[in-house]
Amino acid sequence: MSNVKEILFGPLFNNNPIGLQILGICSALAVTTKMSVAIVMCIALTVVTAFSNLFISMIRNRIPSSIRIIVQMTIIASLVIVVDQVLGAVAYDISKQLSVFVGLIITNCIVMGRAEAFAMQNPPGLSFLDGIGNGLGYSVVLMSVAAIRELFGSGSMFGIEILPLVSQGGWYTPMGMMLLPPSAFFIIGLLIWALRVWRKEQVEAAEFKIGPHTAMSHS
Amino acid sequence: MEYYLSLFVRAIFIENIALVFFLGMCTFIAISKKIETSLGLGIAVVVVQTITVPVNNLIYQFLLADGALAWAGFPEVDLSFLGLLSYIGVIAAMVQILEMFLDKYVPALYNSLGVFLPLITVNCAILGSSLFMVEREYTVMQSTVFGFGSGVGFWLAIVALAAIRERLKYSNVPPGLRGLGITFMITGLMAMGFMIFGGIQL
Repeated sequence: MSNVKEILFGPLFNNNPIGLQILGICSALAVTTKMSVAIVMCIALTVVTAFSNLFISMIRNRIPSSIRIIVQMTIIASLVIVVDQVLGAVAYDISKQLSVFVGLIITNCIVMGRAEAFAMQNPPGLSFLDGIGNGLGYSVVLMSVAAIRELFGSGSMFGIEILPLVSQGGWYTPMGMMLLPPSAFFIIGLLIWALRVWRKEQVEAAEFKIGPHTAMSHS
Repeated sequence: MEYYLSLFVRAIFIENIALVFFLGMCTFIAISKKIETSLGLGIAVVVVQTITVPVNNLIYQFLLADGALAWAGFPEVDLSFLGLLSYIGVIAAMVQILEMFLDKYVPALYNSLGVFLPLITVNCAILGSSLFMVEREYTVMQSTVFGFGSGVGFWLAIVALAAIRERLKYSNVPPGLRGLGITFMITGLMAMGFMIFGGIQL
């Protein structure tokens, strides 16, 4: 039982796909200006990861290893097409805002990486949970970035006004910077910093050590 | 001619695929520790982009778009929902063919590209460019120029980041920020730098 819990909740903080495994960063940055858009992206990615893990794990013993990448790609691409069509039918406005990024779930390294690293060696049930866990780990980062960007960039959360804007007679001057692409990098960088201060074991080893008494010397 | 030049410059600087649209970020951050390897990867991206974007454009125009099968006698068929599957298939196949071709005829380039060639299949920059091409309804010529331009843009960005990171090895970074964290900060600063190109018209 503890195994299931580890698989489901491990990726949230201990082994976060974005913070530690460097997977799936692309879309984390581009779709985070609004929380409503980001949450749709999170759900889409979690569904795709979970089901691609499930299906790949079900047929893992029948896939010849030389063509496994193509088989995985086909399964993932078919799932993404389904998600894309469903989004287009149910939430047309949001799917327009996500534009190419739903399609890019195919090449999102989280999906491929989990299929290759976990689903090829484990039974379907566990693989499904692993997919959900990694999807949640991705969602935690994506939603925190989106929350910060929307709150400070346009003074609202999920489109509901929290900080009244100056332009509408309130007091808050929005930070335009937060709506521009570079801010996402800074926020994710700071989140990783915070995560690693909390979980010291995730700190990377220094490649080059600065000797003592070099920084301040004037000799 | 001027139009294509403007499209080319726009793809490199104003709409830089890595620093403005954040595509191919996983590779961008994972393979930018050394200048040599990032140069090799950049060349591979340029080559694959220049081939796959126009090929996908032809496939979209003559097979998948609404009414594209009119030449075969099926004017009412709309296969555009098969787009994603076809593009990724074309990209995987192109990378495979390119690998075999280079191995046979240009072994020097093949050896220098090494492991990066197969990795490119799952690079979002490649698929992203094809999807942008479809969304913006480019013609074949436009998509060739766009593919080449965005490849060059990615190359420029990853080599610049690798150069900064090589220098950064000798700096005293706070432990929690070391590696991935500081790379994000640098990329953010570079993205801010690229924003000054916004609005430039040739």
